Amino acid sequence: MSDYKKPLPRPTTASLPFWQAAKQHELQLQRCTQCGAHVFYPREVCPECLASDLQWVKVSGKGTVYSYTIAQAPTHPAFVEDVPYIVAIVELAEGPHVTTNITGCKPNEVKIGMPVVATFDDVTPEVTLVKFRPV
Amino acid sequence: MSIKKKAAIIGFAEMAPQKGAAGKTPLGIIGEVAREAIADAGLEKKAIDGLLTGMAIGEYSVLWPSVVAEYLKLQPRYFNQVELGGASAAGMVWRAAAAIEAGMCNTVLCVLGDSWDSKIIGSKPPPFPRIEAEFDAPYGLIAANPGYALIARRHMHEFGTKPEQMAKVAVDQRKNACKNSTALFGHKEITIDDVLNSRMIVEPLHLLEIVSPCTGGGAFIVTSAERAQQSPHRPVYLLGAGEAGGHSSITHARSLTTSLVKPAAEGAFSMADVSPKDMNFVQPYDCYTITVIVTLEDAGFCRKGAGGRFVAEHDLTYKGDFPCNTHGGQLSFGQPGLAGGMSHVIEGARQLMGRGGERQVKDATIGYVNGNGGIMSEQCSLVLGVQ
Repeated sequence: MSDYKKPLPRPTTASLPFWQAAKQHELQLQRCTQCGAHVFYPREVCPECLASDLQWVKVSGKGTVYSYTIAQAPTHPAFVEDVPYIVAIVELAEGPHVTTNITGCKPNEVKIGMPVVATFDDVTPEVTLVKFRPV
Repeated sequence: MSIKKKAAIIGFAEMAPQKGAAGKTPLGIIGEVAREAIADAGLEKKAIDGLLTGMAIGEYSVLWPSVVAEYLKLQPRYFNQVELGGASAAGMVWRAAAAIEAGMCNTVLCVLGDSWDSKIIGSKPPPFPRIEAEFDAPYGLIAANPGYALIARRHMHEFGTKPEQMAKVAVDQRKNACKNSTALFGHKEITIDDVLNSRMIVEPLHLLEIVSPCTGGGAFIVTSAERAQQSPHRPVYLLGAGEAGGHSSITHARSLTTSLVKPAAEGAFSMADVSPKDMNFVQPYDCYTITVIVTLEDAGFCRKGAGGRFVAEHDLTYKGDFPCNTHGGQLSFGQPGLAGGMSHVIEGARQLMGRGGERQVKDATIGYVNGNGGIMSEQCSLVLGVQ
C-alpha cells in the first residue's frame, strides 16, 4: 500500500490508454481520423467534429508554459508538504492544453512561454503523472 | 418575441452573511428569505406559482426543486433548478421572465440559500466533475483559487496588469461595504498596502483578493410587467439578458483572458438596446479581484487589457464616477456558497428601487449585473432598469 495521499486519477475505459502510456513514460494523445484534431483529455467522441474514430498517437511531449501559479498555500490539504509548488497549464506543441506541475526548477524561475518537455513521475506503483520540466 | 421589459423584480430579501453554519440549514435559510421576499413584494404565499432555486453546497441532493417546493408547501406551475454556479441568481431572472411571458406562470419565487459548515463540507463534499478529478486534481488544480490565479497571471503577462491595480478593486469595494451593515467585512476600510501585504495564497492572488465562504442566502420575486404595477416598490424591469458557457475546467477555456462575459454582455446590451456607457452602476460577480477586471473589459466598459488601469483611475464607490458592487461585493459582503450570486442581483434591484440607504447611487435608473460561475465557466449578464 502506497502512502501517497494526494488525489489520484481513476481511469475510465476512454482514458486508460493515456495512463498506461504514461506508465511506460510516453505521452500519447488521441487524434481524430476524421478531422485530424489532436484531442486532450481523452474522449469517446472528437470535440471538434463529434466523430467516434479517435486513434492514439505518441506525441513529442514538447510544449510551452501557457500560465502558472505558485501555490503558497496548499490547494488541497494533501499538498501541504509541497508548498511552494507550481500548478500550470502547458500548451502542447500539438495544440491541446494540459493541467500539470512544473518540476526541475525553482518556482520563481517559471515564466509564461518557457519551453518545457514532459517528464514522468511514478507517484505510486500503479500511477504515473505527466509533469513538465524546462528544456 | 423578446422578454425585454416583460417582467420585473418587485421584492427581495437577504440574510446577513454569517461565519460558520450559524445554526442554519440551507432549507431553513431558503424558508426565511422566501417569507421575507414575498412580504416585501406585498404578496401572500398563494400568489407564488413559479419556483426557481439552485443547489446548495451545504445540502446537496437530486430533485432539489421538489424538496424546496415541499419544504415551503408551494405548488408551482413552473419550477426548476438553475445550476450555473455563481451565475444561477442572474440566470433565474431571465428564466422567470421567459416562463411568465410564455404563460407558464405569473409570479416566480427565485431563491438560494447555502450554509458553510466545514464539517459537513469535509465529510460530504458535493460531487465535482469526474474529468477534473482525473486530469486536474492530481496536479493540485482544485476548487477556484488556483484557476483564477492562472487567469490573473496570464492577464498580467498579456497586458501588464499590476498587483496594485487588482488590489484597488478590493479597497474601493470595502468602502462600499462600510456603508452596508449586513456585510461580513464592513467594519474597517483597507488600503492597497493592506491587500498587498496580506498573505499570498496562490500567486499573484493575496488573501484580501479572495472571497471568504460563509452562510447566507437571498430571494427575489419576479412577476409580469403588468402585475408589477401593483407592487409597493418601484418595479425593476429586466431590459436585457445574455448568457454564455463552454468549459468547466479553466484549462479547457478557449481563452484565459477574454472570457465568456463578452458574448453574455453583448446579448444583454443588444436586447436592451443600450450600451455600457448608459449604466449608472455595475454589480459584477467578484469572487476575486481579477474577476472584476476581466468582466469590466469583456462587458465593454473599457477596452481589452485596460481593466487594471480602468479600476485604478476610477472611483468604484457608491458615490464615485463608476459605482461598482455597491454592497461591498462578495469580497467584503461574504460569499454564501452557491447563493453568492444573489447579492449582485439584489443590490442591483435595491439601488434601482431607491432603497440603497447610505450607499444609494444618486438618480440610478439603469444598471448592469453579471453572474459568474465556476472558473469563468458560466456567465449571465443582465441590464435592469426602472424606465
